Amino acid sequence: MTLSFFQWCEGTAISAALKASPWAFAVIESVHLLGLAVIGGAVLVVDMRLLGLGLKNQRMADVSRSAFPWLVGSLAVMLATGTLLFLSEPLKCYDSRPFWVKMISLALAILFTFTIRLKVTTADEVPVRPIWFKLVALVSLALWFGVGAGGRWIGFSG
Amino acid sequence: MSLLAVCQWLADTRGSIALRESIYMYPLIESVHVLTLCLFVGMSVLLDLRLLGWMLPQVRASEMADRLVPWMKAGFALMIVTGALLFYGIPVRYYQNIFFRVKMIALVLAGLNAFLFEIGARRRAADWDARPVPPAAARAAGAASLALWAVIIVSGRMIAYNWFDCDKQPQSAFINWATGCDVESLESQVSSLK
Repeated sequence: MTLSFFQWCEGTAISAALKASPWAFAVIESVHLLGLAVIGGAVLVVDMRLLGLGLKNQRMADVSRSAFPWLVGSLAVMLATGTLLFLSEPLKCYDSRPFWVKMISLALAILFTFTIRLKVTTADEVPVRPIWFKLVALVSLALWFGVGAGGRWIGFSG
Repeated sequence: MSLLAVCQWLADTRGSIALRESIYMYPLIESVHVLTLCLFVGMSVLLDLRLLGWMLPQVRASEMADRLVPWMKAGFALMIVTGALLFYGIPVRYYQNIFFRVKMIALVLAGLNAFLFEIGARRRAADWDARPVPPAAARAAGAASLALWAVIIVSGRMIAYNWFDCDKQPQSAFINWATGCDVESLESQVSSLK
């Protein structure tokens, strides 16, 4: 079932067009990396604030709210370019363990970021103890690290 | 001794050969180099956005800088160390790679931009520090920094492609000039191998 979906992806016209172009992958990958720099900053500045580092003199909600549009914008760029990168080699991804590590980490990271982390970082009055801030930051960092490291490693395997 | 000769000498050192031939070290160093992008360029982007007045306008620009620059310095140090190791593993190819050369030029320009900001707009920071939108000189420095780091990231990624490499001839005369590729000595090397 899963495999047949990946096979179908492999046979789409867009996949064929991406494979036929000598520079499409390079250009899309470059935009993907530009998105990485922005999403990296947008995620780190909030997680660092949760840990009491970086912009620690600013209110948590101010830091989180100002980073939010950049997080959403860069995530949109990452998802769009990432989908194209995937479509250029769906079956290679299917066989790649780092790809699955990345996808599972990504699903969990998005879920966590837009639920618990968003709630904790944007509430004006947070009814939890500081230790929970640190835990939220560490979970966020671990999940996004899985996404990044898994992503880099797709290129090394196979 | 030419820079090319230095690179050829470097390539023959034991450390360079070990790096080049290792299965895990090179990809590991490359991964650290790429992921440190999030820390160094990520923080740098936030600061540039503040200079443009697009982020945390209610926070003093100097406060942002004071809090974020130590992290940028740590990230930059890691970038330089891992980047130098990546170069050390394959020095001749990097030296003659067009994208590597573009990246190095953009790096120098980014440094120059930061220096000009320090001796220019930053000196008068007391006048504009608290303003939500800094003056044109500071905004220009932020915009130039964003553009230059984008060039550095993209050209850095493109180093992996050998489209214009010296050992892939024929190339246009311009490319061979820009990559410092000496086609005649390349041909004599090839014929001496035959």
